[in-house]
Amino acid sequence: MELIFAQVLTGLANAATLFLVASGLSLIFGVTRIVNFAHGSFYMLGAFIGYSLMQVLPGMFGFWFSVLLAGLAVGVIGVIVEICVLRPVYKAPELFQLVATFGVILVIQDLALLTWGAEDVLGPRAPGLKGIVRIFGEPVPKYDLAMIAITPFVLFGLWYLITKTRVGVLVRAATQDREMVGALGVNQAWLFTGVFFLGSAMAGLGGAIQLPKGGADLLMDFNILASIFVVVVIGGMGSLPGAYIAAVLISVLNVFGVSYLPSSTLVLMFVVMAVVLMVKPYGLLGREEVAGEHGQVGEPERPIKPAGPKVRLAVVVLLAALTLIPLFGSSFLSVLATDIIIFCLFAASLHFILGLGGLVSFGHAAFFGGGAYVAALMVSYANTPMELALLLAPLGAGLLAFIIGWVCMRLTGVYFAMLTLAFAQLLWSLVFQWDEFTGGDDGMVDIWPAKWLAGSTSYFYLTLILGVGGILFLRHVAHSPFGYALRASRDSSRQAEATGINTKRVQWLAFAFAGAMAGIAGGLFVFSKGSIFPTELEIARSFDALIVVFLGGVKTLSGAVVGGASLEYLKDQITRFEYWRITLGIIIIVVVILAPEGIVGTARKVGERLGWVREQEGLR
Amino acid sequence: MKITKKIVGLAAILAVGFTTTATFAADTIKIGEINHYKRMAAFAGPYKQGIELALEEVNNAGGVLGKPLEFIFRDDQGKPGEAVKIAEELMTRDGAVMLTGTILSHVGLAISSYAGEKKYLYLASEPLADALVWAKGNDYTFRLRSSTHMQASMLAEAAAKTDAVKYATIAPNYAYGKDAVAAFKKALTALKPDVEFVAEQWPGLFKIDAGAEVQAIERAKPDAIYNVTFGGDLAKFVREGTTRGLFEGRKAYGLLTGEPEYLEPLKDEAPAGWVATGYPWYDFKDGANKVFVDAYQAKFSQSPKIGSLVGYMTVQSIAAGITKAGATDTEALVAAFKGLDVDTPVGKITFRKQDHQATMGAFVGTIAVEDGAGRLVDWSYKKGEDYLPSDEEVKKLRPASN
Repeated sequence: MELIFAQVLTGLANAATLFLVASGLSLIFGVTRIVNFAHGSFYMLGAFIGYSLMQVLPGMFGFWFSVLLAGLAVGVIGVIVEICVLRPVYKAPELFQLVATFGVILVIQDLALLTWGAEDVLGPRAPGLKGIVRIFGEPVPKYDLAMIAITPFVLFGLWYLITKTRVGVLVRAATQDREMVGALGVNQAWLFTGVFFLGSAMAGLGGAIQLPKGGADLLMDFNILASIFVVVVIGGMGSLPGAYIAAVLISVLNVFGVSYLPSSTLVLMFVVMAVVLMVKPYGLLGREEVAGEHGQVGEPERPIKPAGPKVRLAVVVLLAALTLIPLFGSSFLSVLATDIIIFCLFAASLHFILGLGGLVSFGHAAFFGGGAYVAALMVSYANTPMELALLLAPLGAGLLAFIIGWVCMRLTGVYFAMLTLAFAQLLWSLVFQWDEFTGGDDGMVDIWPAKWLAGSTSYFYLTLILGVGGILFLRHVAHSPFGYALRASRDSSRQAEATGINTKRVQWLAFAFAGAMAGIAGGLFVFSKGSIFPTELEIARSFDALIVVFLGGVKTLSGAVVGGASLEYLKDQITRFEYWRITLGIIIIVVVILAPEGIVGTARKVGERLGWVREQEGLR
Repeated sequence: MKITKKIVGLAAILAVGFTTTATFAADTIKIGEINHYKRMAAFAGPYKQGIELALEEVNNAGGVLGKPLEFIFRDDQGKPGEAVKIAEELMTRDGAVMLTGTILSHVGLAISSYAGEKKYLYLASEPLADALVWAKGNDYTFRLRSSTHMQASMLAEAAAKTDAVKYATIAPNYAYGKDAVAAFKKALTALKPDVEFVAEQWPGLFKIDAGAEVQAIERAKPDAIYNVTFGGDLAKFVREGTTRGLFEGRKAYGLLTGEPEYLEPLKDEAPAGWVATGYPWYDFKDGANKVFVDAYQAKFSQSPKIGSLVGYMTVQSIAAGITKAGATDTEALVAAFKGLDVDTPVGKITFRKQDHQATMGAFVGTIAVEDGAGRLVDWSYKKGEDYLPSDEEVKKLRPASN
């Protein structure tokens, strides 16, 4: 009993940091609708800045002053990011901003490495709170108690600010209808900036306040990202008390998980999220999102039509050029082109549900990696010939998407995205944990293609046929009646239902179909590399695809392919330099600002303005 | 518009492809080095410096086979798929004669599998996974650093000498942690059959909930603790454990805990009394170890890490291998690496014929805090060959040898 009490206290202390950081994310999302991937980076900056300040400012006063200053400093950094990077892209399609925040992550990673060096730093202990107190005989660190005590005050302070002050009224009004707030004469831009300041400052504060419990290192930005998203979603996006309850729930459950089911540590959080979302689709204290509530940002998408004869001719020429690569290029060029085509197919399959279906999936890697693992498992355990394994990859991935889609279809918008993320994580941890069967993170190796395809040239041709074929097939389906039904369900589900389309079923099938196509990409991937590891199921993998879809242009048919090819090629070139992350980050940010409709979307517009492309009949 | 983009991109690909193929400088011997320079900067940095120091020495002494040795460093972002792509580029376009590198085991395994298929020589410098030379070992892969199995066996040997019988283990929840716990349990049980493992904790890598882990271990009341956590996880675990009195009156064994990479950030909070594997560069009085440390500090004005030593020994091994082969084609190199003897700062090591594992050992000692920094004291160097299984066992462990 005493132990259980002490364990609850540990959980509550852990919840403090989680809540501080997550509340910032929740605030930012609630008002600006930006899914801020860079929030983990702000947390990391808070820790490093707090650490540096604590080296200079001595004593108890110095410690707490450093924590506050770190929060303020990160708040200011947040404002700089908001003004320089995000403000120019508010008018872009919804969620486009997450690409910009991804660029910010890369820039901050290299800047932090330059400033603080590569080594981890151990946080100083809080002066005056170094020891323990015994509660019912169990040792409880004093600092834990301090963190438990501080959190409710912060929660109350934020709650007061949001519900009782004029600023709070404006913030809430902007959360519900930002256009209307603008129409009433409130300067939205500064309201957004202010919220961004507050949200980033909370992340910085969280980073600094956890120093005595650990320290600062260069991996902490990504390490906290998944947990804070989970907290925000379980609590309900935009709800502060919800975030607090969720942080406590996750942290306390985790403490008991550690004690009574030690190997559960990887999955627990995502299981809780999946369960909560299945029972309460909008989180514990979240509000149901009404479709169209936040207005369609940016221009409405144009209707698509089949490519004209000129475009077809150009595609044929391009394909002919691609087939010549092995004849004129080096064998590495074939390998690079193989990689790029596989990635483009993966991105194109995500674009199918994201662009045409309007369903944002944060867990698409589940089907890419899923397909790859199906093929690898068949080869390893059943000695399946490579040709058959390649066929089973999309079937397995499609089946997986069929099942996951069935569960996720109940949700919409960001909640749908987060539930797909949760399932992708569950699959990842299953593969990661079940090492007798899947090899765990040592993966599965020696999965090589059949003899007649073993060379990089013949494998390139296989990839060219299946990859380009897959991309063209996705395109073809977009123009089929099924594609029309899918777009109708996205644009106006009520009218679509009225014309007899079962919108949910159409979306569900589209999700499964996209999963199967990602599975082809995964199957091709595993045989091109000869090995597969759980990294291909990671969140980062899903984000790779997400980013190129937005970067290429989510409202164009060829966006995913163009974005995928450009980014994959750019990465191959840039990683040769020492500070490639900051370079890539800046390039992404510049592209995002210059081309808010993605590369293809913006290029089309420019083309129209210059008269190269006829209006309304752009090449897509 | 899409078309123009694609054509421009393709033209760029082709252009780069042609130009780099054309500029082939043939008068150096090139080695392709793949690592996670950004993702694991704290480890890859010292490793790279160790390589640079050794390269300077080798080339000042006339290079190998009359040609200078050159390393091409490439960043794989910590992704196995990228590493494989880069391996292909290094071997087919950049003219590398062999591959080396990586810290993360799964990336090492990916390159190893690729090397086996394409018949490229790969010297895995730092990855620790046992599978690399045993379960998934192949003819074209060799490994330099002492493996998880070897280091865990050294600690088990030390643990068996005490009267502790109830053990708790804590290890990151991934392959390295699992291997390290399994190897320790096996070796300790063999030496001391009455030991009992009362708790096994598996925190997520870099996601440790230290307070909860400490409470869970305390609950099991072990006599001794075996730790495999490292980096930020180790710092948190040590701090919570010390604050809550977990280590009082208990023995503790830490795999890699004494390596400067992990010990230095802990400063005066280093867990005194733990028995750990590490690298006591500060304690060498004379001999080859001292010569290396002095040369390293003179060149970089920094203290060496274990990674620096491994990087240095990587170059020494490669230079010795190429010299022995007298050629740079893969088959000659593979033949030369089998049974290759190399003189290194830690003494003579051999790349074993039977499993391609080098006999590099490790330093085992007790952690103490001296002048506000963690140090490894009362250490001794354990030779790698003493902690490797017998040839018959290796045959069972390594399907590739049969």
